[in-house]
Amino acid sequence: MEPESSRAERKSNKRLVTMLVAMVFFMSGFSFALVPLYDIFCEITGLNGKTADGPVAVKQNIDPDRTVKVQFIANMNSAESWKFKPDVFEMEVHPGKLEETLFYAENMADVNKVARAVPSVVPGQAARYFHKTECFCFSEQAFEPREGKNMPLRFMVDPELPEKIKTISLSYTFFELDRVAVK
Amino acid sequence: MSEAVAHDIHDDHGHGPEKGLMRWVYTTNHKDIGTLYLLFSLAMFIFGGAMAMIIRAELFQPGMQLVDPHFFNQMTTMHALIMVFGAVMPAFVGLANWLIPMMIGAPDMALPRMNNWSFWILPFAFALMSATLFMEGGAPAAGWTMYAPLVLQTGDAFPFLIFAIHLLGISSVMGAINIIATIMNMRAPGMTLMKMPLFVWTWFITAYLLIAVMPVFAGAVTMLLTDKFFGTAFFSAAGGGDPVLYQHIFWFFGHPEVYIMILPAFGIISAIIPTFARKPLFGYSSMVYATASIAFLSFVVWAHHMFTVGMPLAGELFFMYATMMIAVPTGVKIFNWVSTMWKGAMTFETPMLFALAFVVLFTIGGFSGLMLAITPVDFQYHDTYFVVAHFHYVLVTGAVYSIIAAAYYWMPKWTGHMYNETAGKIHFWWSTISVNVLFFPQHFLGLAGMPRRIPDYSVQFADWNMVSSIGGFAFGLAQIYFCWIVYKTIKGGEKATDQVWEGATGLEFENLPSPVPYHSFTTAPQIR
Ligand code: HEM
Ligand SMILES: [Cu+2]
Repeated sequence: MEPESSRAERKSNKRLVTMLVAMVFFMSGFSFALVPLYDIFCEITGLNGKTADGPVAVKQNIDPDRTVKVQFIANMNSAESWKFKPDVFEMEVHPGKLEETLFYAENMADVNKVARAVPSVVPGQAARYFHKTECFCFSEQAFEPREGKNMPLRFMVDPELPEKIKTISLSYTFFELDRVAVK
Repeated sequence: MSEAVAHDIHDDHGHGPEKGLMRWVYTTNHKDIGTLYLLFSLAMFIFGGAMAMIIRAELFQPGMQLVDPHFFNQMTTMHALIMVFGAVMPAFVGLANWLIPMMIGAPDMALPRMNNWSFWILPFAFALMSATLFMEGGAPAAGWTMYAPLVLQTGDAFPFLIFAIHLLGISSVMGAINIIATIMNMRAPGMTLMKMPLFVWTWFITAYLLIAVMPVFAGAVTMLLTDKFFGTAFFSAAGGGDPVLYQHIFWFFGHPEVYIMILPAFGIISAIIPTFARKPLFGYSSMVYATASIAFLSFVVWAHHMFTVGMPLAGELFFMYATMMIAVPTGVKIFNWVSTMWKGAMTFETPMLFALAFVVLFTIGGFSGLMLAITPVDFQYHDTYFVVAHFHYVLVTGAVYSIIAAAYYWMPKWTGHMYNETAGKIHFWWSTISVNVLFFPQHFLGLAGMPRRIPDYSVQFADWNMVSSIGGFAFGLAQIYFCWIVYKTIKGGEKATDQVWEGATGLEFENLPSPVPYHSFTTAPQIR
């Protein structure tokens, strides 16, 4: 190869490689961008059953002709010394009416503990029609040793809930917080 | 990286390699680096294979016999990581190094110094990864997919695993950049894109896949690292994250990754079949377009690995149909290979035998893939041995068979010696019979419900597991025999002609002697 062409080649190598390296950086950024994109996607489509993580303002607008079954599920993330259960397992509610129920949690260990409940709604499409005005899941819950407490949940099923949905299951998983930071 | 761009051009044409060990450390010659990659890959293939032997020995009978469950999980995890990143990928990069410059009439790769780095990072990465076997808490054991939150329970090995993966990613991305630069800038005059051999084309597309998805993988494992050590909660539900997000990011990388491991194989088969059918490849341009469409589609099918996470119906339907669509361009390829052979004057030397076995057995793997793509039945098959059977048909009798075929096909060109044809045929039949004894029964086990990644199983699975293990030991032994054949061929053997095979075409066979001199195409060849 004569030096002429090799010099030209080197220059075009530089341009091309710069472009390719830029692609690498772009894709690295993209991998982190997937985190907020995923949340936004789920929020818009309500696909993964995530409910809002703060209280929402609602207006009562009771639809007396329709009833929806709401089921409550309580889980512990790991077999730690806790008691966690809903007060009632099932309620028949009218869309548009504010309802209240309780969940009971008890720290059965002899030390202070902090825990957090993470909600999930099935079917996922119902998540955005399930409004909570008050929920123990909005904040961390602190427990004294052997303390048990009733924790309130106030919610309303939106009258706009699609007709075909007759049953909504609301599940809480209780996570003990020690090492895990909160985002 | 820009220093690497300003490489020096050899002005000492005609000189041979340096003497001694340092030749291999300092080398920027594409042939040396190709050899390093291939030998490294062979070593990792045996190392990862030894782990597979431990897995099959434990599964020989029901009950716990040889290893404890935690060590078993370390073996399945490490086996996969080593085979994927240590054996299959470096073998293809090694072939690319050896072949792409010769196939496009270039004197070397475009960025020879970076090339040296891409290779020499690998032994360090695998030293880190293998060292975890001796650490507190053992090697990674949560599966090669490293799902959060399970993988966060890994012991001291965890940061080593993540760092090793970062290194592997850097190495593959540098390799990919080098290959693209070589193909874009180093083609001999007259070597237009649509005249390039398919191996060059498939690698060109693969390199773009690597650049697109390796950074995503690096990002995913970095998030795992910060979740474990720096208190973030990307994948921890308690902190507001979502473990399913990890699976999405992983498979956004993971599915293109499986195509990274098969597209270069398509290129190899497209080189070998025309030679031994003595007919040009049928449908060259459709092969190029099929490869490109497979690459594009591979970005929109990832969730077929996660049908059971609780996706909405619309998502399951989308990913089901998108996945099935990939079978169309793949089918185009299979039909083109069969049409190439149609009425050809075929002979059946060892590379051709492996290529033919590839076509048949890879297709079986494709069929089981299609079965898995049917969402409702995947609920039954997911995480069973059926999936294990599927990906071993596409990866062992697919990717690995193509690499073995390539080794037999081009070794005479590289070394100047023919391998022993009888030995090659024995290796072929030994491997092909045993690999089917090994993996075919795993379909039955999976359909009957045997879960993957479990060291023990209930007694109704005993018979087929024993058959599978016997096949496994036989296949493992056959590959030791292969190492011996390679060794003998490097050391000596009948002299190869310059064209090597009667029907061989392409610059490396038509314009270069066997063995290829250390520096080739220092002046560009004339392209017809
Ligand atoms: C027609 C083409 C293909 C289709 C339709 C297909 C489909 C699938 C599906 C649906 C799964 C998920 C099964 C489950 O976990 O339940 C799967 C798994 C897998 N496939 Fe394929 N596949 C195809 C080709 C390939 C190729 C060419 C490769 C690699 C060379 C490959 C490698 C894998 C691997 C490694 C897994 C398992 C990953 C894991 O869970 O560890 N597949 N395939
Ligand atoms: Cu896939």
